[in-house]
Amino acid sequence: MSSTSTTRSTVAVEAHGLTVRYGRRSTAALDDCSFRLTAGRVSALVGPNGAGKSTLLATVAGLLRPTAGTLTVLGTSPAEARERIAYLSQNKPLHPQLTIAETLRLGAELNPARWDAAYAAAIVEQGSLDPGTRVRGLSGGQRTRVALALALGKRPDLMLLDEPMADLDPLARHELLGTLMADAAERGTTVLMSSHIVAELADACDHLLLLGGGRIRLGGGLDDLLLAHTLVTGRGTPADLAPHLVVESRAAGRGLTALIRNDGPVDDRWQAERPSLEELVLAHLRSPSAPALLAPGTTATPETVTR
Amino acid sequence: MVAYRIDRRSGVATYVQIVQQTKQALRLGLLEPGDKLPTAREVVEATAINPNTVLKAYRELEREGLVEARRGLGTFVRRTLGAAPADSPLREELDVWVRNARTAGLDREDVAALFGSVLDAHFPKGDQ
Repeated sequence: MSSTSTTRSTVAVEAHGLTVRYGRRSTAALDDCSFRLTAGRVSALVGPNGAGKSTLLATVAGLLRPTAGTLTVLGTSPAEARERIAYLSQNKPLHPQLTIAETLRLGAELNPARWDAAYAAAIVEQGSLDPGTRVRGLSGGQRTRVALALALGKRPDLMLLDEPMADLDPLARHELLGTLMADAAERGTTVLMSSHIVAELADACDHLLLLGGGRIRLGGGLDDLLLAHTLVTGRGTPADLAPHLVVESRAAGRGLTALIRNDGPVDDRWQAERPSLEELVLAHLRSPSAPALLAPGTTATPETVTR
Repeated sequence: MVAYRIDRRSGVATYVQIVQQTKQALRLGLLEPGDKLPTAREVVEATAINPNTVLKAYRELEREGLVEARRGLGTFVRRTLGAAPADSPLREELDVWVRNARTAGLDREDVAALFGSVLDAHFPKGDQ
């Protein structure tokens, strides 16, 4: 941790040709996946089921070993970075028979060097939870809060969350995101979280990684990605939209509505709008063959990757 | 303290909503020179939005000279907005006008439409 190399301080995760295969004959869950996530970003990891989201998160967390390729996390290998990473998996493994207080004590014992007991307790307290309650008796949202307290109590530099909001009601979702954002505001924690609920992430995240077929299909700062695309409506055919790249087009009356990747200014005869994050993601999900786009700063550069 | 409400379906960029709500608070006298804006941490904890969005809004307010960031202390209101506090003569005139409109048989939507069109005539949309 005494390293002062600039790439270490600014890059949270860098993958180069990352491939993960479960078993020898199965198709790769991650297939030659390359990207870079700058430190301090709050990134949304989205993609269809089976795209490799959980595999990517578990690999970055150091729980799965890459079959091929390189992966640098917080300037080192995932295993070495482990105590600076917090990982909240889909099933949030907590011991049901322990009380909340005992769970947090366990967190202190597992992370002696970094544990912040007051901070973890404060997160539990914000949810008006009694530390004496057993985990078994908690609702889904309450469990997530305890799991989050356990994760943030580590004071991680990188927070990995796999579908953290899947079983939460809207209020619990809002509170969970609020707690995460407060942590990011205060400590500059890098956050990478997967979710199906794209619209909900739009305000919390400033970065997007769209996974499909084991690779990054769209990656970059949200503003950059949204500016690179336009939603156009008008009379004409997809061919009329050249030289722009048509990601997706649909008939709209006598004309069409299309999401394009801009190549220069859009002709005035098209009615042009900036897409929302949801529109951008859905268009790419519906068009799996659209070429990948990694915005500047999200491209992995071979020279900074350490084996 | 001002509490920001983020409307995700408004189509208005989130940072713009914060700028607008701050200005509204200044106009209504809910914020006065010297008052402190909530910290980015406080805003994001309550609204679940990205911290950079709050910082962007505060930078915009600072650029317009409405607030100033004091290192290590927070962001403070520098000046107030609008020459028409809640009890000004202009408000009284408007009050009389609305009462007349009502007497003349206009309903709420008629009045809003009429006021909106006069507003647009004097303050074209492009100038914000």
